[in-house]
Amino acid sequence: MKSLSQLTNFYYQVLFKPLEVLEKNRKQLRHRILVVGVLFTLFTLALYSFVFSLTHGESNIMMFFAFGYFALGGIIYKILIKDYTKEFKEKIILPLITELDSHLNYVPEQHISQRHFQNSKLFNSRIDRFAGNDFVHGKIDDVHIEFSDIHVEKKTKSSKNQDSWTTIFQGLFIVADFHKHFKGSTVILPDTAQSTFGDLIGGWLQSNNASREELVKMDNPEFEKVFVVYSNDQIEARYILSHSLMEKLLVFKKRSKHNIYISFIGASIHMAIEYNKDLFEPSIFHSLLDYKIAMEYVQSLHLCIGIVEELQLNQKLWSKQ
Amino acid sequence: MSTNLIIFGVIVIALILMYNSLVAKKNQVKNIFASVDTQLKKRYDLIPNLVATVSKYMEHEKSLFTEVTKLRAEANKPNISDAHKMNLDTKVTAALGSIMVAVENYPDLKANENVMHLQRSLNEVEEQIAAARRAFNQAVTDYNNAIEMFPSNFMASAMRYTKKDVFEISETQRENINVKELFNT
Repeated sequence: MKSLSQLTNFYYQVLFKPLEVLEKNRKQLRHRILVVGVLFTLFTLALYSFVFSLTHGESNIMMFFAFGYFALGGIIYKILIKDYTKEFKEKIILPLITELDSHLNYVPEQHISQRHFQNSKLFNSRIDRFAGNDFVHGKIDDVHIEFSDIHVEKKTKSSKNQDSWTTIFQGLFIVADFHKHFKGSTVILPDTAQSTFGDLIGGWLQSNNASREELVKMDNPEFEKVFVVYSNDQIEARYILSHSLMEKLLVFKKRSKHNIYISFIGASIHMAIEYNKDLFEPSIFHSLLDYKIAMEYVQSLHLCIGIVEELQLNQKLWSKQ
Repeated sequence: MSTNLIIFGVIVIALILMYNSLVAKKNQVKNIFASVDTQLKKRYDLIPNLVATVSKYMEHEKSLFTEVTKLRAEANKPNISDAHKMNLDTKVTAALGSIMVAVENYPDLKANENVMHLQRSLNEVEEQIAAARRAFNQAVTDYNNAIEMFPSNFMASAMRYTKKDVFEISETQRENINVKELFNT
């Protein structure tokens, strides 16, 4: 697989031409958004003052207008950036993916199935809304892998009986074949209890987590500090999490710089990287040639596609063939 | 009167909880040792097959095969102690490791389908044994902690629970096997 710096070079050299075109479009689009935004705001204000004078200042009207302004504004914004987004994904994201591995398919509008997400047992919460995009799937070295951006939410009622949406998870979700045989389920979560409450109380809280299976204490102190492991089979959890895999996951976690959730269920490894934002979307108010912006696209793609090599999922050493 | 009763009740409940947790920890050690044992047996079952396939090609390593067969026979004896089992396991791991290293020197053998299959099976069993050993060591550590820590140590000594040993990783296993030395002996 191409290294991160090779991919960065590819971004700035091979993709430079399409980037230049897109950059021009972006500037025009930004201008258009500003103009439309100002006009829309002025129009709303004018309409509001007109209605205000008719109704003699009812407070409900103001709420209604504020709500309508943001909802309609959002829709207009989406319509405005639609073509630009599509072009960006076709001309930049797709070549980046193909450059990393030509066997991968990219479907910008689709996402990983909700079934995969639920099977992973990573988040036990009820799911009311499941959305996503940027679906990548295919085989790398005979290992099936798929991932996409997802946003999972649940509906909650506030004290005023108003609906609001709470995010359960937003970020990248990866599913790939795992090279060892196993029957049970093993779930690895960020260690929040132990790092907040200390070893004694945190450890006690972890071992009494009713929504999870048995706590598995791992024999790698650094891994124990960063993660907490639950499984229905003490031995199998350690069979999966060999010393070398624990080291690799720690490296992966450091490189991703975000919370990661991992589970081994069925014959697959599931991995959720919590970015808390929609990835692979074109930048509108910053230049596409900006190094920081470029690195975000390049790094997150490299990270996802790299897990097959990084975690050596392609090494079919065992009798699973 | 009633406060005394409450205090008495709390103490009794605490004692019951402590007792149960100690028994659970002891049984966890026992259960996991049983799994270690199963995995070890799986490996012992692979040995005759391995010896039969490989020994006729490898004239120089006869002593290794006799050693491994001897160890297997010993491990299959009924009523051997847990400590002895652990000891035998370390020896078998070392001996099998040496055989596998030696196989590398025979290109024909290395390419043999049967040998490759055996090698994979052995690798897999080794991994499972390693996992079971680690689970066992953790269970023993939990158990030993409970026995030594206050206040469960009083209960443990009343129940005559004694410290248990963990699987030691022997020095020979930690070091890389020196192939040259193997051939000199």
